[in-house]
Amino acid sequence: MSQRPPAILALADGTVFHGVSIGIEGVTVGEVAFNTAMTGYQEILTDPSYCRQIITLTYPHIGNTGANSQDIESGQIDAVHAAGLVIRDLPLMASSWRKEKSLTDFLTEHQVVAIADVDTRKLTRILRERGAQSGCIMAGKIDKDQALANARTFPGLAGMDLAKVVSCQQSYTWNEGEWSLASGYQAQTETQFHVAALDFGIKRNILRKLAQRGCAITVVPAQTPAEEIIAMEPDGVFLSNGPGDPEPCDYAISVTRTLLEKNIPIFGICLGHQILALASGARTVKMKFGHHGANHPVQDVNNQKVFITSQNHGFTVDADTLPDTVRVTHISLFDSSLQGFELLDKPAFCFQGHPEASPGPHDADYLFDHFIEMMRGFKH
Amino acid sequence: MPKRTDIQSILIIGAGPIIIGQACEFDYSGVQACKALREEGYRIILVNSNPATIMTDPEMADATYIEPITWRMVEKIIEVERPDALLPTMGGQTALNCALDLVKHGVLEKYHVELIGATRDAIDKAEDREKFKQAMTRIGLDSARSSMAHSMEEAMQVQAMMGYPVIIRPSFTMGGSGGGIAYNREEFVDICERGLDASPTKELLIEESVIGWKEFEMEVVRDKQDNCIIICSIENLDPMGIHTGDSITVAPAQTLTDKEYQLMRDASIAVLREIGVETGGSNVQFAINPDDGRMLVIEMNPRVSRSSALASKATGFPIAKIAAKLAVGYTLNELGNDITGGVTPASFEPTIDYVVTKIPRFAFEKFPQANDRLTTQMKSVGEVMAIGRTFQESLQKALRGLETGVDGLDEKTDNAEKIQSELANPGADRIWYVADAFRCNMTIEEVFNLTRIDPWFLAQIEDLIRQEQALSKKWLETLDEQTLRKYKRSGFSDRRLAKLLHTDQTAVRIYRHQFNLRPVYKRVDTCAAEFATSTAYMYSTYEEECESFPTDRKKIMVLGGGPNRIGQGIEFDYCCVHAALSLREDGYETIMVNCNPETVSTDYDTSNRLYFEPLTLEDVLEIVAVEKPHGVIVHYGGQTPLKLARDLEANGVPIIGTSPDMIDCAEDRERFQKMLQDLGLKQPPNRTARNPEAALDAAEEIGYPLVVRPSYVLGGRAMEIVHEQGDLERYMREAVKVSNDSPVLLDRYLTNAVEVDIDAIHDGETVLIGGIMEHIEQAGVHSGDSACSLPPFSLLPEMQAELRRQTAAMARALKVVGLMNVQFAIQDGKVYVLEVNPRASRTVPFVSKATGLPLAKISARCMAGKTLREQGFFKEITPSFYSVKEAVFPFIKLPGVDTILGPEMKSTGEVMGVGDTFAEAFVKSQLASDIRLPKSGKAFISVRQSDKFHAIEIAHDLAKLGFKLYATKGTAATLAEAGLEVVAVNKVAEGRPHIVDMIKNGEISLIINTVKNKSSAIRDSYSIRHAALQARVTYYTTLAGARAACVGMIHMQELKAYNLQRLHTQI
Repeated sequence: MSQRPPAILALADGTVFHGVSIGIEGVTVGEVAFNTAMTGYQEILTDPSYCRQIITLTYPHIGNTGANSQDIESGQIDAVHAAGLVIRDLPLMASSWRKEKSLTDFLTEHQVVAIADVDTRKLTRILRERGAQSGCIMAGKIDKDQALANARTFPGLAGMDLAKVVSCQQSYTWNEGEWSLASGYQAQTETQFHVAALDFGIKRNILRKLAQRGCAITVVPAQTPAEEIIAMEPDGVFLSNGPGDPEPCDYAISVTRTLLEKNIPIFGICLGHQILALASGARTVKMKFGHHGANHPVQDVNNQKVFITSQNHGFTVDADTLPDTVRVTHISLFDSSLQGFELLDKPAFCFQGHPEASPGPHDADYLFDHFIEMMRGFKH
Repeated sequence: MPKRTDIQSILIIGAGPIIIGQACEFDYSGVQACKALREEGYRIILVNSNPATIMTDPEMADATYIEPITWRMVEKIIEVERPDALLPTMGGQTALNCALDLVKHGVLEKYHVELIGATRDAIDKAEDREKFKQAMTRIGLDSARSSMAHSMEEAMQVQAMMGYPVIIRPSFTMGGSGGGIAYNREEFVDICERGLDASPTKELLIEESVIGWKEFEMEVVRDKQDNCIIICSIENLDPMGIHTGDSITVAPAQTLTDKEYQLMRDASIAVLREIGVETGGSNVQFAINPDDGRMLVIEMNPRVSRSSALASKATGFPIAKIAAKLAVGYTLNELGNDITGGVTPASFEPTIDYVVTKIPRFAFEKFPQANDRLTTQMKSVGEVMAIGRTFQESLQKALRGLETGVDGLDEKTDNAEKIQSELANPGADRIWYVADAFRCNMTIEEVFNLTRIDPWFLAQIEDLIRQEQALSKKWLETLDEQTLRKYKRSGFSDRRLAKLLHTDQTAVRIYRHQFNLRPVYKRVDTCAAEFATSTAYMYSTYEEECESFPTDRKKIMVLGGGPNRIGQGIEFDYCCVHAALSLREDGYETIMVNCNPETVSTDYDTSNRLYFEPLTLEDVLEIVAVEKPHGVIVHYGGQTPLKLARDLEANGVPIIGTSPDMIDCAEDRERFQKMLQDLGLKQPPNRTARNPEAALDAAEEIGYPLVVRPSYVLGGRAMEIVHEQGDLERYMREAVKVSNDSPVLLDRYLTNAVEVDIDAIHDGETVLIGGIMEHIEQAGVHSGDSACSLPPFSLLPEMQAELRRQTAAMARALKVVGLMNVQFAIQDGKVYVLEVNPRASRTVPFVSKATGLPLAKISARCMAGKTLREQGFFKEITPSFYSVKEAVFPFIKLPGVDTILGPEMKSTGEVMGVGDTFAEAFVKSQLASDIRLPKSGKAFISVRQSDKFHAIEIAHDLAKLGFKLYATKGTAATLAEAGLEVVAVNKVAEGRPHIVDMIKNGEISLIINTVKNKSSAIRDSYSIRHAALQARVTYYTTLAGARAACVGMIHMQELKAYNLQRLHTQI
């Protein structure tokens, strides 16, 4: 095997890791975050919520099953949204009957700067103790000081509106259902509901879950005005996940307020959850290093049951600021943070984690069913 | 939901003796369960026949019964103790089966005992293959096409539908006992016969072959609120067709995309729900077609298992402890995750940031007649686990941790034909042949086609070989820091590098240290560093940041015993655990080093700090360099740490207790002989030979019969009794490679001698006799294989006094500080010293249970400098009750193996029987080792000439018990002469019908067969023992054993259950 070019990862705190390049040569900057999921690296890389984030995966072997054209989560267009990838080890061979290419080929195709051979556990420890850091990966030609300077000039995600960056520009419809081992993605057969999905960086598996449950979906750009949405006469509106800070997304917050007034059923996930919170009058805050993993226990306040969920957020809703008109439905058992709530006077609820999984466990699947039931109840 | 308050006392059933398929992982789980439930204030009643367990320590339960695990005996315990509940999921298949028996016989109903942790229905559904298959169909999961058979005729019908190969799985057996893969009719009939016999329900599942598919396991925990979590996924490197216990396995699963992994996760949880495992841990096994991902459910265990022990060690999540708490009503979110200091709840899924590799350890060298090919029937006797940041690193650490003389992927052969056959038809060494295949330039595809090992793993192994080959024209000094670092990061040991670079490991170590190239220690924390951990559970790797953070407390390091093997098992782990516990109590910081995932010693809360590392010089020295312990104990882990003693000492490691020099003095024949002469003690006449000619000369001098063996062995490896020159010549030719460095020892064999074991402690001043054990079998049977009694059942007090005197003299001469074990033989009133081991012995836990003296703890404190007097122990305890230790053998798992006992140890475990009389204790030891003592029927006696006189007495007893006597002609004549009614039977060579026909026809219920110690005689009588084993007829191959059994049978009806705590207070 040919020698891989050198690469470094520089953090704003001055720490520099040396490794080898496993993507394209070049420079990338972003907020460095760690994810503890042991499977699903391709879904993670393509998840629009990782926009401007350099992801480090704590599991050391990444790339074991290569890459394929099915495990892609970026909404309308196939894309890698993560700003970069940091891993311990890229295996010599990818092995899976689903494999179409190697991870390196996939990274190269999507022009991703990535580094391997890093003590990712040390990196994780730094992020845990000092909080999320700005960082820079430099691959190929190395200039350590420049890399450090790049890392330090990255402003961080607080105050950054990225939803409109990753959102689709034109609305589109979606009708592909869930994946099965025997037949891959299933085509939708009949539809009962029309759902307008506000795209702040929507993951495909959310669309698939809804399509599988009989929703005809129109995905609309993040900044679509409320009137346009109302004119579509949807049975429900979905507020998607997405990257960045929810607070600057005033367009989305005000649209949500309008939709609430119209009593249209609303379901929000992740950034959508935060938008719904802001629209209800609550506040959001930046977390120290966020929740990124596929093993997070979340308790359903209704029945005390615990669900293992996929999580990916760096901002959170401050539960103390929630108005009396909402009821907390879900709590994280890792840090007691707010994971879900519903409005008492409106048909709206939301969830901070990722019930659509991909990657991650399917435990919180029932939230999609809940949305369907809600729409059924409000259907004229 | 908080814990239940409607139950106050809980009965826990242990797993009994260590056998293939059920090893010390169940001591680990049992100990966790006892601790977890007592912590909650429940009264714990424990039954387990295995004295070498930590769980049977009197402190572990409120009432401990070292009694046979039979429903009748457990009923007696229930009658006395009246527990509110029974937890059957901690003691493997033994406990589950016993619990089912108790249900079937109405015992639980009668005494209002509730089964917790698993219901009868759940156990039935999971274990009954047909019901299981139906259940899987109900929830839409695929399983292999299969059908049940209850007879050979039915089996043949089913097979006709499936073709060959087919898999045969008997119901309700452990470790796949009695099962196998048949490629043709002959094998099919053979396996079905064995399987029908092994299955308590006479049921076989005959199944479509999915050999070569990928195999995965999921460890699942569920609570009564239906919260389900996956603790760990495990991928078997060896595909379907090799029992998972015999497979190299890797955690987490490596070759699944998230979509496939989540399908498997959903399926695992669905299986638990459908089977009805309400609370606790279970293991679900899957087969995956590598071509299209088709997923089949293979089986599930509704209890903690070997895999759950592995998963616990692999992740740091204590499955058994949590399962025990869930069984009494807690839900997962109410329990804390200890390893993060309770910061996070137990209701999460561990995520790991390293790779874990488990490799089984086999003992085929002990059983040359056994079929050593790997099948669906488990054959390994132990396992090693290693943790590394990459698969390559963890694989290579595991390989050197096996202690089979390899340092990594050492070369086996360059014979291409041999390699191909070993790849296609796997044996214990396949992984090394895979490496050889790459050395012979076979491609990954070629190796895959022969082995069906996933190419992901093959590519890693191929790369290791390419790295090795890159060193072929190099020498150590040409390696720069970066290159050497690369090799260390791939897991290459110093010794392997030394071999490849034609130097020695010391040179590599010194060179490596010049670059300050040392491992760092990372922590196992269940959460991939997302949360801080206060738990010091560590593994080495070559990375940037070290997390060991050693303290400056006064600390003592205990080196463990590594993987279980015959001759070195749970007894040594027991001792290591006791060392850690006692010194921890005394305020030392204790540090454990071990690599056996089945053990209590590798539980992260046994010691203050745990290094899960191979026990090689390199690995131990690096830990010592980081920790700088005040003292290191090498005497408790068996031969494993002992053989490191001298090198450790030479490298400045402070070894406490008996010095390595004195250990050597006891092991070195010549030094030892000199010492005995100085003390005026006798040894059987003996010689040391360094070549075959010298051996023959020496034999002439001391005379036949002889015990011959290589020096420095444990468990009597390659030890034999030879009766004539021809035997000795064959032995020197076939059994050993004799050389200057590894001489052969010849001892005169003492015929008809009584053997005695003594465990003692010396603190430098005083000697404390722990116990005197009189063997039941005559000298010549390996001490690990003989039954023994404490106190002695026939030794006169004066003789015992003499043995004490000699023991004390040797303890002083060897300057023992700590434990020592002496083996004596007494022939015609003369005492001979057979051997002395100045270290913890196999019998230490047995003696401790029999006397109430915690020998290993007392000795550890002596080693740390506290005298016996300071500890208040100076009086030998002679208990008022009898304890008999009996060995347990793996013969049923290894078809074809001769069951005759000799100087080579063959047992895998032991049981203890307790009684007011020797007879009661003995009979219980037999029951506990699953020997069925018949009440009546036909007894067959065939004894060698020298035993004929003594056989008369036994025959009398048997006749009195109502047995009809049958005997071969010579024996029959002797018995008839003594006035006994006896029927003469043909030997096999004397024409049909002969004795083997009778055994096979089920006519014989007891066999007493002693054979002249001559290879020809042993061969001739093999068919009798083989038939007896197959037909499960009780047989004795020693007269002493038979005599004890007779006495036992007379007292069969009077067995009582004894509470160990109460027995100890009576002492």
